[in-house]
Amino acid sequence: MLDKNGIAKRIAKEVKDGYYVNLGIGIPTLVANYVNKDLSVEFQSENGVLGMGPFPFDDNVDADIINAGKQTITTLPGASFFDSAMSFSMIRGKHVDLTILGAMEVSENGDIANWKIPGKMVKGMGGAMDLVASAENIIVAMMHTNKKGESKLLKRCSLPLTGLGCVKKIVTNLAVLEVTKEGFKLLERAPGVSVQKIKESTVGNLIVDSEVPEIRIS
Amino acid sequence: MINKKVRDVTNALNGIKDNMTIMLGGFGLCGIPEKSIEELVKLKVKGLTCISNNAGVDDFGLGLLLKDHQIKKMISSYVGENNEFERQMLSGELQVELLPQGTLAELCRAAQAGFPAVYTPAGFGTEVADGKESREFNGKMYILEHAFNADFSIVKAWKGDEAGNLIFKGTARNFNPNMCGAASITVAEVEELYPVGALDPNEIHIPGIFVQRIFKGENYQKRIEQRTITQR
Repeated sequence: MLDKNGIAKRIAKEVKDGYYVNLGIGIPTLVANYVNKDLSVEFQSENGVLGMGPFPFDDNVDADIINAGKQTITTLPGASFFDSAMSFSMIRGKHVDLTILGAMEVSENGDIANWKIPGKMVKGMGGAMDLVASAENIIVAMMHTNKKGESKLLKRCSLPLTGLGCVKKIVTNLAVLEVTKEGFKLLERAPGVSVQKIKESTVGNLIVDSEVPEIRIS
Repeated sequence: MINKKVRDVTNALNGIKDNMTIMLGGFGLCGIPEKSIEELVKLKVKGLTCISNNAGVDDFGLGLLLKDHQIKKMISSYVGENNEFERQMLSGELQVELLPQGTLAELCRAAQAGFPAVYTPAGFGTEVADGKESREFNGKMYILEHAFNADFSIVKAWKGDEAGNLIFKGTARNFNPNMCGAASITVAEVEELYPVGALDPNEIHIPGIFVQRIFKGENYQKRIEQRTITQR
């Protein structure tokens, strides 16, 4: 089974040379730590920065430079700042190559729900609806089941939707899955996790070929 | 040169009344018009509709206005950092309209730029699209969102001059430029206010034509929500 950092490490392998990447809050933020340093990659944060760097040293914290998670950050050489409308021009205009975000539920046709639990939690969608409505390459990073042990990979989402038919790939603590017309195709399983365990943890239609390799992360 | 400088925050907010609609810049607590928010608390104006990406935290930013029940309605994209907000919303004391962040930004920009409405793909097929017109373009579905119509826009910039020209710093820029000129009156508070001619025209982010009043704020707190550091 993978932990949060393991999920981030596996997703980092999806980041290709020359990509502009938008990272969501939570596990997606960790992906930046594991991207191959030999690749030319720039991270975009929707509050208005391209070319995000690591967290600052204690004596270099600037309240005016944060990421979408409101964390203090630094910028790398070549970075730029811009306003919110321009930031979403990058996103809506499909200039960002890869979007990685978290989810509460994903359905077998690629619908995603991640912004609201009616009557309980209303934090808002932030930039997630803009991202999923336009991005062509969306990877979801999440736990395979919720805190109650219920599957988050469903036939149909039960929570209010963030976007329709947009998720392409999902990396969980148990598996890597691709969203296909027929449902979730199991591509890889986490170290020590059986196909049977993944079947039991997935409510949506799961397509399993005879050989399912283990996730390899170094 | 048309001089936009006003003496202080009190003069800058002259004319703000109960039940007005006000845009406020900022993302989280970054780049919020701190001084104007403090003044709105003092003015005790009530029934406000506030257009702002976030709602501050319990004891800072727009949270200060929420605490005193000065806000009737919030139009935002993300409100997760404020417990009092969540309480007022779930109890029905506060009306809330949540919009996708890019839509929120573009509806400010549309108001600034003279567009009555824009089509966006964000939110199609979700409850955000309920009751809104939708239309297909090139095989993809979009929803029609109407530009904001606000009485005041209050923004925070880093540097400004007496002509109202503005320069922003870092990610404190965010919604601030999009809100300039997007309401009947735009008020800009700045950390550094210069006489005309002191700022290079090449470096201006927002031309003074979009700003009606400018003043210099003192002693900015610039609170940090998530102080994250790399250990040496």
